[in-house]
Amino acid sequence: MDQLDELESIGVRILREAYSNFKNLCMLWSIGKDSTVMLWLARKAFYGHVPFPLVHIDTHYKIPEMIEYRDRLTREWNLPMVYGENTEALEAKQTFPDGNADRLTCCRLLKAEALKNTLNGNWTRYRFNHNSDRYEVDRDTEMYTGVIVGVRADEEGSRSKERYFSPRDKENIWDVGDQPPEFWNQFKTDFAPGTHVRIHPLLDWTETNIWEYIEREKIPTVSLYYNQGSGERYRSLGCAPCTNPVQSDARNVSEIIAELRTGKFSNIAERSGRAQDKDDGGGLETLRRDGYM
Amino acid sequence: MQREQMNIVFTGHVDHGKSTVVGRLLADTGSLPEGKLDQIRRECERNSKPFEYAFLLDALKDEQSQGITIDAARVFFKSSARDYIIIDAPGHIEFLKNMITGAARAECAFLVIDAEEGIQENSRRHGYLLSMLGIRQVCVVVNKMDLVDYSQQVYNRIVRRFTRFLKSINLNDVEFVPVSGREGDNVFHRSSSMSWWKGATVLERLDCFRKAEPLDRMPMRMPVTDIYKFTNYGDSRRIIAGTLETGTFRQGDEVIFYPSGKKSRIKAIESFNTDTVTEVKAGRATGFTMDEQIYLSRGALACRVDQMPPKVGNQLQVSLFWLGREPLVQGKEYFLKTGTTKVRCQLSEINKVIDASSLDSEVRRESVERHEVADCSLALQKTIAFDLVMDLPQTSRFVLVDEYEIAGGGIIRDVDDHRQHEFGEKLIRRQLEWENGIVTELDRMEQYGQRPALILVTGHEDQAEAAKIFAEGLEKKLFSLKKNVYYLGYRSLKYGLDADLKNDPLLQKRRMAVREEHIRRISEISHIMIDAGMFFIVKIDGLDYEERDLIQLLLGTSRMKTIWVGKDITTDIVPDWHIRRPENMDEHMAKVDSIMEEWELMGDIS
Repeated sequence: MDQLDELESIGVRILREAYSNFKNLCMLWSIGKDSTVMLWLARKAFYGHVPFPLVHIDTHYKIPEMIEYRDRLTREWNLPMVYGENTEALEAKQTFPDGNADRLTCCRLLKAEALKNTLNGNWTRYRFNHNSDRYEVDRDTEMYTGVIVGVRADEEGSRSKERYFSPRDKENIWDVGDQPPEFWNQFKTDFAPGTHVRIHPLLDWTETNIWEYIEREKIPTVSLYYNQGSGERYRSLGCAPCTNPVQSDARNVSEIIAELRTGKFSNIAERSGRAQDKDDGGGLETLRRDGYM
Repeated sequence: MQREQMNIVFTGHVDHGKSTVVGRLLADTGSLPEGKLDQIRRECERNSKPFEYAFLLDALKDEQSQGITIDAARVFFKSSARDYIIIDAPGHIEFLKNMITGAARAECAFLVIDAEEGIQENSRRHGYLLSMLGIRQVCVVVNKMDLVDYSQQVYNRIVRRFTRFLKSINLNDVEFVPVSGREGDNVFHRSSSMSWWKGATVLERLDCFRKAEPLDRMPMRMPVTDIYKFTNYGDSRRIIAGTLETGTFRQGDEVIFYPSGKKSRIKAIESFNTDTVTEVKAGRATGFTMDEQIYLSRGALACRVDQMPPKVGNQLQVSLFWLGREPLVQGKEYFLKTGTTKVRCQLSEINKVIDASSLDSEVRRESVERHEVADCSLALQKTIAFDLVMDLPQTSRFVLVDEYEIAGGGIIRDVDDHRQHEFGEKLIRRQLEWENGIVTELDRMEQYGQRPALILVTGHEDQAEAAKIFAEGLEKKLFSLKKNVYYLGYRSLKYGLDADLKNDPLLQKRRMAVREEHIRRISEISHIMIDAGMFFIVKIDGLDYEERDLIQLLLGTSRMKTIWVGKDITTDIVPDWHIRRPENMDEHMAKVDSIMEEWELMGDIS
């Protein structure tokens, strides 16, 4: 087994453990490269099927190609797709692009708040109906008690302290200082009512591993990751107003891998193109404590 | 070619110099980012504090937490031999959970001891834990030799005392290295201050550690994670999924599932988006379909028929470490998890608690406190499959769950009860020799819409009549629900199958032997009836925990439920359904449907 095989097997094991242990399970799919690899791992684990909802938090400021891509794969792969949003904040135009909120507040409202209330079932969820070919109000309003998230330990400081199975309390709060022990592939699958567990199958992957795996498995990705002649590409995807591309000539997956191997980005954070991180003192600690992924 | 990679962990008492040794290793092997060393020296000068190598590690971590690429919990460095990942393992006692989480992933370990302070509580505690975590390659770094004038005598004394301790916990062949992290003696550069030392440096020792032998040459062990049948998605395959812990299997291999002993043959190895797979090796998350469909569930242990079988039993002798806030005590229910099995259990006895704060390891105690290590006996509520640590460490490992938390971990050293063990072996023999017809268990389940089970109706002897009426009522109710059900009355046995069992009311011993044989026979009949797809109802008066356990063992893992009839439960049994007022028959019978569904014996059983 090579390194990618090992990472794949760890990820598949974790997804299967989650599926066996959590009745109300969902996977967060941000449409980015990491969570798309994670979705691919689910198809590996469950033989082409995805037996739990994929949840996307739609801020309505995502780059349009991302939504097109999401719905195309939903149809092609027969995915149980669900999205949630902060309708109130959007209607009240309490957003950064509308000039009524700073970046962090905007992130908290459109992402963290929307995520929290979509996961606990308080706000409306929209589910893709494969028969009518459109999103409809989801009748399932039960709280998701297991939430699969595609964070990687090497992305930034706070994520490196995560466990594979990481508990969140009733307020969605993560107690970094007191985490469960995790060894011998035994995970925290028991949890008190009202709390939930975040599950991280990609914790051991690096940015390079992600691209190597995309190349090996030929996983479709959004074209925004590639330089299409402008000499720029996105290294991390988010909302259009707060995401900036990096200088790069890489036009395809193998060129991205080659670029990463040169060490060109080794001293530049992967999320450096994400403006909200800077407003959060460089880390994501504040946002993540509030429930951000 | 990919360079070899190895995970290592540095452990030891707080302030004994783990960070200094690691910092020195990084600096001397040239593994630090350019200019890092000078930058920190300058910062120290500015703040007029003496430079320490330990700051390097902190500085790297600070930088990481500010959002640049490296993982704060892991530090990477290279020697000429291979790449290393140093896993951060804090020495402070509160961080023991993190130390275990980190160390469990290491292939080899350094344990740092301060030459001046000598062996401390956590030196010993970390020694135990490394031993229990199965890390066999350990090197003790005797640090701060500069503070004891590089004295060979001081060094030898620590080596002597600590070797004796390590031997007592089965850590043999441990190497020692005298170093000074601060001065850089024997870390990367050979020391000129310790000319008496002819052994290896820390880095040389590190490069001598061997990669663990591949697990694929050991006997096959695949704990079953789940059975996948995605019929909703138009997929009719029935896939037995799991991660192969040890061994290898190929398409066509005959496999046997423990503890039930059921067997079948691997028809195809299933995978998504790959070429056809015909062989799987240890470490791979995999799945396969089988020639013959047998009923299986999560927790079964898949093994190859032609290899060493695992052990089965429910009374375990274990060594464990305890991390829970509440102590481990008798009379409380815990969950034991091993592989994919999860089973209720109780602490039946503490044989000894090892006290890390003194060298005395023979303490008698009623409970195991947080951060203690102990040898104990555990009683499980049902029979499971596992290996003993001396046979196959990977599948001898378990954790204990207290309420919602993983509160301890350990290794299984022995199966306690020889009678249980003997029955277990017989059971597997029976299963191996069992002749199956063409109609399978699953076929029957599908046709009858029920998952066969033994339903034991019991109660105090005074309530024998009430229990009998209830059992008959239950049979009638299930029959009216069009279920395949049979009630076997005691008298039907007494003058038939049990006619040779002569009871002598005066001989207590004889009576017990007769009862045990009676129960054994009932268990054997139940096994046949369950195989025939039935709900089999039997009434046994005054059934206790041990007898229930024996029946469970003889049945294998087939389903069994107990119903206690009568107001007070007068034995130590914990029934699945307690009928407090047997006279309210209609009320109880109205619930049968939903209770059977709750037990997953009827309703949606796919």
